[in-house]
Amino acid sequence: MTRSDILEKYPKAGDNLISILHDMQNLSEWNYLSKEDLQAAADYLELPFSFVHGVATFYTMFSLEPRGKKVIRVCQSPPCHLTGATEVAAELSRILGIGFGETTPDRLFSMEMTSCLGVCGVAPAIMINDEVYGNLTADRLKEIIAEKRREK
Amino acid sequence: MKKRLDVLICGGAACIASHSHDFKARLIEVVKDKGLDEEINIIETGCMGPCELGPVMVVYPDGAFYIRLKPEHAEPIVEEHFLKGRPVEELLWHTPEARKIVEEKRQVPFFEKQRKVVLTNCGRIDPENLNEYIGHDGYLALGHCLTEMTPDAVIETLTASGLRGRGGAGFPTGLKWKLTRQAAGDVKYVVCNADEGDPGAFMDRAILEGDPHSVIEGMTIAGYAVGAANGFVYVRAEYPLAVRRLRNALDQARQAGLLGENILESGFSFDLEIRIGAGAFVCGEETALMASVEGHRGMPRPKPPFPSQSGLWGKPTLINNVETLANVRHIIMRGADWFAGMGTAKSKGTKVFALSGNVNNTGLVEVPMGITLREVVYEIGGGIPGDKALKAVQTGGPSGGCIPAEQLDTPIDYESLAELGSIMGSGGLIVLDEDSCMVNMAKFFLEFCVEESCGQCSPCRIGLKQMYEILKRITAGKGEEKDIAQLRQMSETIKSTSLCGLGQSAPNPVLSTLTYFMDEYEAHIQEKRCPAMVCTDLITYTVLADKCVGCTACARKCPVNAISGEVKKVHVIDQDTCIHCGACFQACKFAAIERR
Amino acid sequence: MKLEDLKKIREKHQKDMILRDGDARVRVVVGMGTSGIAAGARETLRTFLEEIEKRNVADVIVTQAGERGLSSHEPIVTVFEKSKPNIVYGNVTAEVARKIVAEHIVNGSPLSDYVLEVSE
Repeated sequence: MTRSDILEKYPKAGDNLISILHDMQNLSEWNYLSKEDLQAAADYLELPFSFVHGVATFYTMFSLEPRGKKVIRVCQSPPCHLTGATEVAAELSRILGIGFGETTPDRLFSMEMTSCLGVCGVAPAIMINDEVYGNLTADRLKEIIAEKRREK
Repeated sequence: MKKRLDVLICGGAACIASHSHDFKARLIEVVKDKGLDEEINIIETGCMGPCELGPVMVVYPDGAFYIRLKPEHAEPIVEEHFLKGRPVEELLWHTPEARKIVEEKRQVPFFEKQRKVVLTNCGRIDPENLNEYIGHDGYLALGHCLTEMTPDAVIETLTASGLRGRGGAGFPTGLKWKLTRQAAGDVKYVVCNADEGDPGAFMDRAILEGDPHSVIEGMTIAGYAVGAANGFVYVRAEYPLAVRRLRNALDQARQAGLLGENILESGFSFDLEIRIGAGAFVCGEETALMASVEGHRGMPRPKPPFPSQSGLWGKPTLINNVETLANVRHIIMRGADWFAGMGTAKSKGTKVFALSGNVNNTGLVEVPMGITLREVVYEIGGGIPGDKALKAVQTGGPSGGCIPAEQLDTPIDYESLAELGSIMGSGGLIVLDEDSCMVNMAKFFLEFCVEESCGQCSPCRIGLKQMYEILKRITAGKGEEKDIAQLRQMSETIKSTSLCGLGQSAPNPVLSTLTYFMDEYEAHIQEKRCPAMVCTDLITYTVLADKCVGCTACARKCPVNAISGEVKKVHVIDQDTCIHCGACFQACKFAAIERR
Repeated sequence: MKLEDLKKIREKHQKDMILRDGDARVRVVVGMGTSGIAAGARETLRTFLEEIEKRNVADVIVTQAGERGLSSHEPIVTVFEKSKPNIVYGNVTAEVARKIVAEHIVNGSPLSDYVLEVSE
């Protein structure tokens, strides 16, 4: 699928902007929105570039900087915090060698903080792209990262 | 004609004493009425054995063994079993092994004590199978509304039920529907708020993933009632499975003629679209949500005008929470009185809560309003892990407050929680045990709001940040006497001048902890001590001279070289260099490091 | 469709119809809400399918459902059986799934250690 394929899926109405931005970001190998992406959306929907830029920068799930192929979001909300989110974050940092807001040198993983993922019953939890992992322990984390590396 | 069924009714003394003859007479009557007396052989036999289960009956060739029969069972048995070949399960006796498990009372109170309404289908039906939903009474309520009820009648039923918005504010749903219906204009919208952003809340996610059609049905009924032809479900992007299942359900409903043009051939048309969020908690606020649906930055705007007057693209818009909408079909099918029969005087029906934190059974519980917090935490939640004491239960997420242990017998309803300085909120219940620091908790929620603030208005953008800075100082051991008064004063200002609900309620966790846990604030400020030993900067580590054997384990672990000492001599921690990380405490095998 | 058609579909698919009218004796329902998936329910589902195929158990169907709510005990699996009570199991890892197939489904003996709820 290309950028134009995505745009053509949607009627030319401004309320499709966020869906379009999501699709373009998901298409990108590095999980981000390039300047060209924003411009294409602006042109298609006949909106000012500044407006589209404003929308993209308002929402935390959009990134204007390239990230890893797999974005790891670590939940920092109270239920996860109470059950060990700090240790999870520390362990991930240890395994990957990066901190929050950073990407591994091989560009495979990025680590970010996130607000509640909505799986508090199996806290502590993380999300890697679209998949959620709960009941995390140091061993589980090692397994998950190893599995993700194999996936490529 | 050979009889196709042999029905043996026990005529033993015990069964007769249990009025088996009344049942037998009624059975013969019904069989005759249905014209089946030529095909069915009804015989009375001698004692069959399990007398305490009488009156009993066996049907051959099926071998179905019925127990505890009453005359009113005759008709269903004839209808379902004799005519359609489906034995009536509820009246059958089950095999010994299964009975054993039942007798051993293998029931966790977690399920037993709940009253499932909205969660009825969750975990039982396949959410990707429309037929299963229909098989469990799905879309019957919609059918009833479209064929037997006027829009006003639907609104009256909702109003009479007493249903209040389950998203947190608790606004009477019937009234909201009425206001939207009454608003001028031909174009109206129905919006479902599925942007469940409250930390600790996951009720709406479970409903969308487990029973998506119930929400679609609720929205369609709402559309009919208020006069809308289109709707949107706004789902947060952190819920990809919910989006997938909902999308699938919409396709199925459209294909089956249950959504879209001319629904159930009634002449009423209504369709829905999904809109996805992108990681902004503020978009759970209705005006910010609408801005997001329109493709803008999710910035709230002042109210009035309220969405029912002027919402999406300036048109009257009904916005309801997922759980509110999921209740609609039940109220239509079983009646307003049934719903109003559950709960308390001003808070009717059931509520789904999400239990998380320091509690044994985490997950979703649906209980009638009015149940106490103690029942929820201890009987359903199974109590606190490690048998620790409960310190507080946080309700309402970042807009709510903490209910301390002394208030645990408060019945849960909108009014009583507000009286205690908290709110019902969307349903998140975070349990905090004795090892939690309430000042740290307040700081945590405030940090959340600071990050999620849209930045439009000064009280929220600047005020919350300043409050957060104060709390950071307090938890770092740099609190001052005037901080408490300042926190209170700022809270007041921010609450009364913020543009939207996020700012207006953000100070609540601080105010609530100041009310119930002032002693913890005072310890942090005056004694520079964290009683729960959570705030690392306030924990002092000292070497106990009489226990230290000079093994140097602590000195080697210390990341800032704050510990000095020779081998086999007592070590000393330099308090000025110490960063309070606790590595030495973990490393010491001789319990020679004191932590205060 | 009309309302009457809806009612006909309802009749056909009412509770436990799949078991009463169909060839299946047992229906295994694996909770596949995000909580369950986050706790490993996909592997549980896969294991049930593999084990049933391996043992050639013909009269069992495996389906999915949303979450029942007890997140702390996920993955959760419900076993529906003709003429027997329904049993809800908790903490069903791949290993437990194999045991359920062998002991409960094939040999008729539920695993009481993992039972959360029994309903008739």
